[in-house]
Amino acid sequence: MSTWQRLRSNRLALSGGIVVALLAFVALFAPWLAPYDPGEFNAAEVLQGLSRQHPLGTDGIGRDVLSRMIYGSRISLLVGFVSVGIASFIGVTLGALAGYFRGIVDTVIMRFVDVMLTFPTFFLILAVIAYLDATIWNIMVVIGVTSWMGVCRLVRAELLSLREREFMIAAEGLGMSPLRVILRHGLPNAMAPVFVAFILGVAGAILTESALSFLGIGVQPPTPSWGNILTEGKDTLEVAWWLSVCPGLAILITVLGYNLLGEGLRDVLDPRLKSR
Amino acid sequence: MSTALLKTVSLVKSFSAAGNLFGRGGGTVHAVNDVSLEIKSGETLGIVGESGSGKSTLGRLMLRLLEPSAGRVEFDGVDLASLPRRELRRLRRRMQIVFQDPYASLNPRMRIGAIIAEGMRVHDLAPRAEVKQQVLDLMERVGLSRDVFDRYPHEFSGGQRQRVGIARALAVSPSFIVADEPVSALDVSIGAQILNLFIDLQEERKLTYAFISHDLRVIEHISHRVAVMYLGRVVELAPARSIYTSPRHPYTQALLSAVPTVEEKGRVERVVLGGEVPSPLNPPPGCAFHPRCPLAEERCRIEVPELKAQREDATHQSACHLR
Repeated sequence: MSTWQRLRSNRLALSGGIVVALLAFVALFAPWLAPYDPGEFNAAEVLQGLSRQHPLGTDGIGRDVLSRMIYGSRISLLVGFVSVGIASFIGVTLGALAGYFRGIVDTVIMRFVDVMLTFPTFFLILAVIAYLDATIWNIMVVIGVTSWMGVCRLVRAELLSLREREFMIAAEGLGMSPLRVILRHGLPNAMAPVFVAFILGVAGAILTESALSFLGIGVQPPTPSWGNILTEGKDTLEVAWWLSVCPGLAILITVLGYNLLGEGLRDVLDPRLKSR
Repeated sequence: MSTALLKTVSLVKSFSAAGNLFGRGGGTVHAVNDVSLEIKSGETLGIVGESGSGKSTLGRLMLRLLEPSAGRVEFDGVDLASLPRRELRRLRRRMQIVFQDPYASLNPRMRIGAIIAEGMRVHDLAPRAEVKQQVLDLMERVGLSRDVFDRYPHEFSGGQRQRVGIARALAVSPSFIVADEPVSALDVSIGAQILNLFIDLQEERKLTYAFISHDLRVIEHISHRVAVMYLGRVVELAPARSIYTSPRHPYTQALLSAVPTVEEKGRVERVVLGGEVPSPLNPPPGCAFHPRCPLAEERCRIEVPELKAQREDATHQSACHLR
């Protein structure tokens, strides 16, 4: 069976994939899907419940929650992919160097990984954001540079075993530079677990961004993000439950979707891990 | 067959075996121990020995795919260890390796054509437009059909993959090839075809081989000279005919007597060795073969025998106090 067929026969992965695809669609076509401008407020329609005009109600200054949720999905996706992209780039680069060259290079990189892992990531991010402006770009970079260690270890382990494989030795024997051996023969054969880690990492990054925004140090209002909609919702929980429930559910479903897809992919790409 | 193309001088490769958490139980394994030999231009040196005798390690040391712990390797008069990385990479064009396991030696994510073309691209051996044609010619030469150019390795049988491995090595027009058990993983009939391909290619392209195998019959078929290895050392080194007709070292004699033969006439009395190959972590003192040797004397337990020429035949060297 091809990878694709196996993925399709795994129901949980498939449902995760559908959630992920749906969210990507919503984020991509937000301007066409949102019924209102997410920043448009209407003092006459403050904290309105669910209605035909506002399917998910309105918030404290009369903005349409559905539209803000739709635009918020863009933030989540952007933060998720860009920060995990940064983390993967750092992790893959350092991991490949450590695994291929071993010795002192490996020791230095892996001890650095150990040091990074001793910091509680979330507090590290809090500390860094305290010094930097809480722009969305800073947040993505900070999440990226504090979450590459897992990928680094994965790629290192892959390369440690790959470098003993005969096609890698043959490549070296052909006179290729180490860089070329790693890029052409090492990494293409080490990508399956990185891909899985990427998908799972997106879920984590979305959660982190939501938490930061919820605490008021993430994406700053008026830009809508699920985290800062939730913050507003917690103050008006007794009168406007939809303001907390909608972003909460959105975060839950998104993270669940990415996790299901990621774990399904792991089962499909690496059958050895399936039994666990 | 005159000058030495490749020469190893007192080559040693030791690996440190990891001990337990506190460093106990570790030790040093001398996978290759004090090996000095020469391979002449155009000849095939067969390297034979049991698994663990260090023959594969020796093959990789010859190409500096492993760094020697001591001693040196000279290729065409150049000390490989003295070369800067960049120069070494350039020299790799002239020396190639073919591996035992045709399943592990090809990158599963690359197409056959790209695998073979890679060496040409690395060394810029052909203009871009001509690479494909040259690869197709090579494929034809090693017995692959032209329409497999765009296929992936997993679509092939072991013998076909081994042909791809050979074509990859030939693509850079090397003068020296280390063949590391290239037929051991194949069916006998397929192995024979591959072996003949090696022989034909040698004639056509004036290739020099270091041909590693544990199979004495394979070695006999292809080699001009044979080196017999035991626990990291060369115990006997001689022209192939001389080894097979009059082996000197007791280990070689035992090995040869274990080769099954069909003809009643050529059958020699079987020398059965007692015991196992000793652990290379803790090799016996003196001659490493003495615990299993039917002839061992007191001297063999103390002194390491040197590889020296036989009195009656200077080309035949053996490392035994008694022979």
